[in-house]
Amino acid sequence: MPDTLDTHVRFGSNSGQPITRRDGRAKVTGGATFAADNSPDSVLHAVYVPATIARGRVTALDTAAAEAHPGVTHVVTPQNRPPLQGDPSDKPTMFSFRFEALQDDTVRYAGQPIALILGETLEAATEGARLLNPRYEIATPRTGLDEAAHYTFDPDAFGKPADTVHGDPEAGHAAAAHSVDVTYETAPQYHNAMETHAVVASWDGDRLSLDMPSQALSMTCAGIAYYFGIPAENVTLRSPYLGGGFGSKAIPTGPYVLAVLAARMTGRPVKMMLTRQQMFGPVGHRGQTRQRLRLGTDAEGRLTVLDHAGLSATSTFDDFIEPAANASQGLYAAGALRSTHSAVRLDVGTPGPMRAPGEASGSAALECAMDEMAETLGMDPLEFRLRNYAETEPGTGKPFSSKALRECYAQGAERFGWADRPLQPGQMRDADGLRVGWGMGTAFFPCPMFMAEANATLRADGTAMVETSAADMGQGAWTALAQIAADSLGLPLDQVEFRAGHSGLPDAGVAGGSGHTATAGSALHAAGGDVIRQLGEIAAADPDSPLHGAGNAGFTARDGRLYVAGDDSRSDAFADILARAGGAEVSGAGSASRAPEAAEAHAMNAHGAVFAEVKVDPDLCQMRVTRLVGAFAAGRIINPRLAESQLYGGMIWGLSFALHEEARHDPARGHIVNADLAGYHVPVNADVHGLDVISVHEDDPYVNALGVKGVGEIGITGTVGAIGNAIWHATGKRVRRFPIRIDDLLGD
Amino acid sequence: MKRFDFIQPATIEDALAAWEPGAVWLGGGTNIVDLMKTGAMQPDKVIDITRLPGLSEIETLPDGAIRIGSLVRNSDLADHPQIARHAPMVAEALLAGASGQLRNAATVGGNLMQRTRCAYFQDPTAACNRRAPGTGCDAAQAGDGMAILGWSEACIATNPSDFCVPLAALDAVVEVQGPEGAREIPVAAFHLLPGDTPDRETDLAPGELIIGVRLPAEATGFAANARYLKVRDRTSYAFAMTSAAAALRLEDGRIAEARLALGAVAAKPWRATEAEALLAGQAPDDALFDRAAEAALAGAAPSGGNAWKIDLARRTTARSLRMAAAGTPAEMPALPASPFGHSAEDHAHA
Ligand SMILES: Cc1cc2nc3c(=O)[nH]c(=O)nc-3n(C[C@H](O)[C@H](O)[C@H](O)COP(=O)(O)OP(=O)(O)OC[C@H]3O[C@@H](n4cnc5c(N)ncnc54)[C@H](O)[C@@H]3O)c2cc1C
Ligand code: SF4
Repeated sequence: MPDTLDTHVRFGSNSGQPITRRDGRAKVTGGATFAADNSPDSVLHAVYVPATIARGRVTALDTAAAEAHPGVTHVVTPQNRPPLQGDPSDKPTMFSFRFEALQDDTVRYAGQPIALILGETLEAATEGARLLNPRYEIATPRTGLDEAAHYTFDPDAFGKPADTVHGDPEAGHAAAAHSVDVTYETAPQYHNAMETHAVVASWDGDRLSLDMPSQALSMTCAGIAYYFGIPAENVTLRSPYLGGGFGSKAIPTGPYVLAVLAARMTGRPVKMMLTRQQMFGPVGHRGQTRQRLRLGTDAEGRLTVLDHAGLSATSTFDDFIEPAANASQGLYAAGALRSTHSAVRLDVGTPGPMRAPGEASGSAALECAMDEMAETLGMDPLEFRLRNYAETEPGTGKPFSSKALRECYAQGAERFGWADRPLQPGQMRDADGLRVGWGMGTAFFPCPMFMAEANATLRADGTAMVETSAADMGQGAWTALAQIAADSLGLPLDQVEFRAGHSGLPDAGVAGGSGHTATAGSALHAAGGDVIRQLGEIAAADPDSPLHGAGNAGFTARDGRLYVAGDDSRSDAFADILARAGGAEVSGAGSASRAPEAAEAHAMNAHGAVFAEVKVDPDLCQMRVTRLVGAFAAGRIINPRLAESQLYGGMIWGLSFALHEEARHDPARGHIVNADLAGYHVPVNADVHGLDVISVHEDDPYVNALGVKGVGEIGITGTVGAIGNAIWHATGKRVRRFPIRIDDLLGD
Repeated sequence: MKRFDFIQPATIEDALAAWEPGAVWLGGGTNIVDLMKTGAMQPDKVIDITRLPGLSEIETLPDGAIRIGSLVRNSDLADHPQIARHAPMVAEALLAGASGQLRNAATVGGNLMQRTRCAYFQDPTAACNRRAPGTGCDAAQAGDGMAILGWSEACIATNPSDFCVPLAALDAVVEVQGPEGAREIPVAAFHLLPGDTPDRETDLAPGELIIGVRLPAEATGFAANARYLKVRDRTSYAFAMTSAAAALRLEDGRIAEARLALGAVAAKPWRATEAEALLAGQAPDDALFDRAAEAALAGAAPSGGNAWKIDLARRTTARSLRMAAAGTPAEMPALPASPFGHSAEDHAHA
């Protein structure tokens, strides 16, 4: 990592300081090296040919024309593709997908790789791919939720969510004095990180070197190694920077494997970078859903039942069932709770984890259904949520490790001015005559921990180096994790060299599930603690140290010195302790995961409340979100600036979900017709307005030693529903499909 | 991308002489290069016209007309004081289009000639009568519909240009030069309806080059009451779902003359002459504008599941007339052509 650290004024500890991204300057000046910026000597360029139909068979390819094109070196098709040692249908790691790597001529989704062209230049390979001119036998594609049979499945750790039932839902329905029964749909969405997927692969014997963006370095190495029959430690993966991941860069997919295969086949380094259009196919997406929510309350508005049934689309050859219905677990105190999932196989690429997988789509439907229930009850939506506030985990009765949701509601409502909201819809207009609506939703996200390891080394000069293979997708791991590490060592941030983004470092686990800071941070914290413990032992045993013999009292580390706990008059500098000990370094190791007992003892979640204001033109029905206030309680905040950015980002993705993102399939061929960023809309600056984030203080003694919960994804939850509800409040119209479009509001 | 010759002629004569079947003009490249990348266009020869002299000026002619060279960049035109004063809705339409970066590159000629955004037109593997005559129309098969006016069985695509809508309303004239010499084509007659030959998109003959666009002196008479309104599904950087350019010449509280054109509804900017006739001589009021909008869409028909668009186009038209009657704002709204244009917190970040 280049030296990009600005000098920061430091008040007290590193954690809690709003330090700017340490890699920020490198990124905005072009100094940061992303995967595709690497161009080793004699590199070959790989371009795969995407299927332009969603279902059928490839009947002909003009391989001769492609091969004849100057600069094209290889044309790889199912006919001549060298074997893989691991079957692409196997699942070698905990998170694995089946994928297409030119096994046969079957087309299972549009965008599936059907051939691979290698060329001396990107242009030659691209033209070779065009010349291949595939012909197909086309079968009728199934791309809508009702175009294939719905099925249920046995649950599985990854991709097949279990159904959950607490209490007696039927009794809850029967006992209900009021009820709603509503069905919401959400559209297929594609991750579209700014940096498209890219890899530069080169082999040296049976050792593989990879430059590729990865949210999970160790797991990626293990996965790739499996398909090539080599030990995972033979794979070196560099991933210093990612231009966004959103869940799609955690798991190796077909294009990566093809590029690695090409490198082995040719004995030359191979580079592949997906085009924007290729991002709509083999690298995952969020599957479309249909969710039926049946809610019942007693006469006072207490939920007797919260019954959430989700239908999610997956591919024809693998299962990743967007676990939408799970969003109804753990949040509201209902007499009975039921979450069930079913699925439908469509001719699409396999979905995968994307920006709060399940939580986002589930929350969208749940929070709107809650609003509809409040409407039925004639109750303020916030009051309705407070009426059903869960003091312990609904269904299980487990205590929460911490839950400052009440404060989120209160502070968010206060900042927003919620108290002035008229109960009835269609009541508010602004000075220009635009309809105004206010809506809210609860944000909710679990705080998982994965497994991570870290090393820390205190050098003779009193500075330190810490290592873990963390991944920075832009969220700020380079900065926040370094802050944690510096604190664990009692050093100013600029005295700590932080190494990450390389598979040779201790495994930092997965940068996903909003659990990276908690997990990798806890490992760093433990590694630093290990160093300080050893240093204390050295000092206590050293007759020349002011700390001699104070071992029993314990030490604290601060500003490069070790202090006797509770006695600031006795201290010794790290460098002095080490100098007297002969100038050796002290190395420590740490690891982190959540003990099963801890996970059993408490329900652990981050919470928040999102309030949205929308304006809708009364005639033209164009919508605009004019204010979004989110109050979030997510444990300890390591870096308020970065955390705020994450929450802003999450809320913007919520806006995107509510009003913009949708992949549209052609009914005849099944391909996605808007597969570029001109056609697949995400919000632009002019759409993002009046964002306001409140960080609600929360101490959590149980989640992990740091008290960190995670802020990466929670912002998208709550926000989608808040916007949908605000649109209803502005117009009186319930649109039960996201994204909400102008034509949904026309006609009144 | 197929191999092609690339030349950069230094004079208009050289450019015209270099043209041959299979050649294309290259302006800012924001449209044609994308189409070459998808393979929808595969020219043999690309003639870069951006070095041609004398085509980058904006000048006021002796008779009061404004002449705009075909290489003037969209952003330069939008920011030009003469345009702001005399043809504000042209500037508003330009600023409502694409993004700042694209407008910096896009030329006047390229904007006039930009192709439809029909996804199937852009996809060389799709059946498309406009791109490949006789192959069919996958867009019509898909069933969502696009155009609501002037479409045919052969093609239902719309023209996506914002700029061309006020140009059509203001009777602008396209100046062209070709192997046969120079001629002029009114903007309203420049783009062709598809009929049976959707591949014939404009009246421009093969080898003809757009030299400039002229706004006649009369056009400047509408400056006080002229607005462009664009409805889109995000606040900026999106093509119109519907749009309208409305301009009124008010005299003694009555509409002496009205100009009205609709965008994104047909393969050409749709001049609504019946509606204009209906407005002429009347006192402006909401009911009148609703009737005019009704008249403008009288011949509309859905080309698929887009009956809603007729309704939206009607509403857009009525609103644009209302906005024009209210007067051209003294300053360009922060969000040009937007229903949210007046929002005070916006800082020209569209
Ligand atoms: C993402 C995106 C969003 C956009 N959004 C909008 C929008 O909201 N509203 C809008 O109106 N437009 C929009 N555009 C389109 C944009 O306005 C056009 O791409 C641009 O105006 C084309 O100008 P150019 O100079 O780049 O043309 P080029 O791409 O160079 O050429 C386009 C066509 O015009 C021909 N041509 C160019 N100059 C001449 C000439 N002098 N004589 C004859 N033929 C000529 C070329 O041969 C080619 O066929 C968008 C474009 C993109 C990529
Ligand atoms: S609508 Fe026109 S442009 Fe689109 S596919 Fe049909 S013929 Fe082609």
